[in-house]
Amino acid sequence: MEKTFNNKAWFLVLPVFFLVAISAIIPLMTVVNYSVQDTFGNNQFFWAGTEWFREVLHSSRFYDALLKNLAFSAIILLIQIPLGISIALTMPKKGIWVPVCLVLMALPLLIPWNVVGTIWQVFGRADIGLLGYTLANLGIDYNYANNAVDAWITIIVMDVWHWTSLVVLLSYAGLVSIPEAYYQAARIDGASRWKVFRYIQLPKMNRVLLIAVLLRFMDSFMVYTEPFVLTGGGPGNSTTFLSIDLVKMAIGQFDLGPAAAMSIIYFLIVLLVSWAFYTVMTNYDADAPEKGVQD
Amino acid sequence: MSTTSLTSGMRTTRGANFKWLVPTLYIIFLLLPIYWLVNMSFKTNQEILSTFSLFPEAPTLANYAVILTDPSWYNGYINSMIYVVLNTVITILVALPAAYAFSRYRFLGDKHLFFWLLTNRMAPPAVFALPFFQLYSAFGLIDTHIAVALAHCLFNVPLAVWILEGFMSGVPKEIDETAYIDGYSFPRFFVKIFMPLTASGIGVAAFFCFMFSWVELLLARTLTVTDAKPITATMTRTVSASGLDWGVLAAAGVLTIIPGALVIYFVRNYIAKGFALGRV
Repeated sequence: MEKTFNNKAWFLVLPVFFLVAISAIIPLMTVVNYSVQDTFGNNQFFWAGTEWFREVLHSSRFYDALLKNLAFSAIILLIQIPLGISIALTMPKKGIWVPVCLVLMALPLLIPWNVVGTIWQVFGRADIGLLGYTLANLGIDYNYANNAVDAWITIIVMDVWHWTSLVVLLSYAGLVSIPEAYYQAARIDGASRWKVFRYIQLPKMNRVLLIAVLLRFMDSFMVYTEPFVLTGGGPGNSTTFLSIDLVKMAIGQFDLGPAAAMSIIYFLIVLLVSWAFYTVMTNYDADAPEKGVQD
Repeated sequence: MSTTSLTSGMRTTRGANFKWLVPTLYIIFLLLPIYWLVNMSFKTNQEILSTFSLFPEAPTLANYAVILTDPSWYNGYINSMIYVVLNTVITILVALPAAYAFSRYRFLGDKHLFFWLLTNRMAPPAVFALPFFQLYSAFGLIDTHIAVALAHCLFNVPLAVWILEGFMSGVPKEIDETAYIDGYSFPRFFVKIFMPLTASGIGVAAFFCFMFSWVELLLARTLTVTDAKPITATMTRTVSASGLDWGVLAAAGVLTIIPGALVIYFVRNYIAKGFALGRV
């Protein structure tokens, strides 16, 4: 759509600007403030310069957590995106089963995050949980509270359970927007199932898939509540992600300086990756209007 | 009937059978843990710990009775509902004009402003927990519903603007121009003509605000002590403190799922488009 240039539009944006500025800029400045100062209590602060940043960037604790976060996000994207697409492809396109599928699939998305953690905590227990009990009776040694590998598998399965539906719903929205004429043309040309997917369905889903990747990356990289409830970061430190470590440091140990420095580095990483996604996305919007069937 | 049409016919039948299977298996996978939670909520704690059964042997409503009669439990639900509704109303009210501006006009710094808004959706709540506590302490707002509602605006406002902008861009600009020619003022046009046209978008945006405010725990827990404590925080406290009454915990969990399920049902026809932020 052609947009007209009009600076008066700022008046419409002002309420949002002030609301978000108050809840974003003031807290962010507080964090910046802590990250460059040291305190001995009594609200007395001393300039500490870049000391905390150096400390964080030289600590193996930070890199451990960062590596776990990156591995987690990578695994999540690799599982959820292909799985979500394949489920969306096999979903019914019309009929009474469509709303049934949509409502049932969206259900996990609406469950409070700590309840998700609780559900899986119970579900995986060998004494009272369906999954843990079944595995134990099959003779599989499974205990997410003691074994790091089991803890990771449980957290990944839990996240797949919790969030794959988001990818399904996005892909599905992209798929149903494809006009029937495209499929008819493909049938006349005798295109194989794979070619229909590659040249009709995938290009049409591109936009929504980018949104899916963006949202799934941001949320999996910021994951806190579910693993915190499930394992509390353990066993040992095996599932201590950046956010869990951060809350432990800031609210548990009150190490404000390092915690603030870590917050800023953490935020910058999320920002950088998301900015890359966003640029790709908007560029795609700008120079790819309509991609039809390629012959 | 020729051979080709016969084989293609067979292929579609086989394809249809296979197709039916994948979403079904996925939905079973989704429902199993929820079923287990519901199952547990109808058992006594003793039955949960002593016998393993797929159905409650002596179904009981005692767990639900505990929650619905104990104020420290049911107040959690009331608190959650209050701040979620407050947050949704505030968010939609400020996001509507902003989304209109982004969908219709170019203005100084519009792209930067839009990206800056989105960065707040990207900010890890863990980063903001402590500074929020100090900010709201300074204003004496700790343990009030409005504090949580305002804090959740941080990630809900950008999302609502993003969704609404997508839906509004789908409404042709000629409608605005025709209305102005017909002598409508901007506020009258916006309320009488434009909002009904984007009603599904507003519904979807409200659904998302509800959803993300309802599921969030970290900020809500940090900003409340007792008077505005959300149900989710009440649950974590019970897990750690009072010797784990699994039945009550399961019942509380089931009750947190119900509002979400109701809301999904109302927006079921727009839900797919909504998740795509109106950009399909």
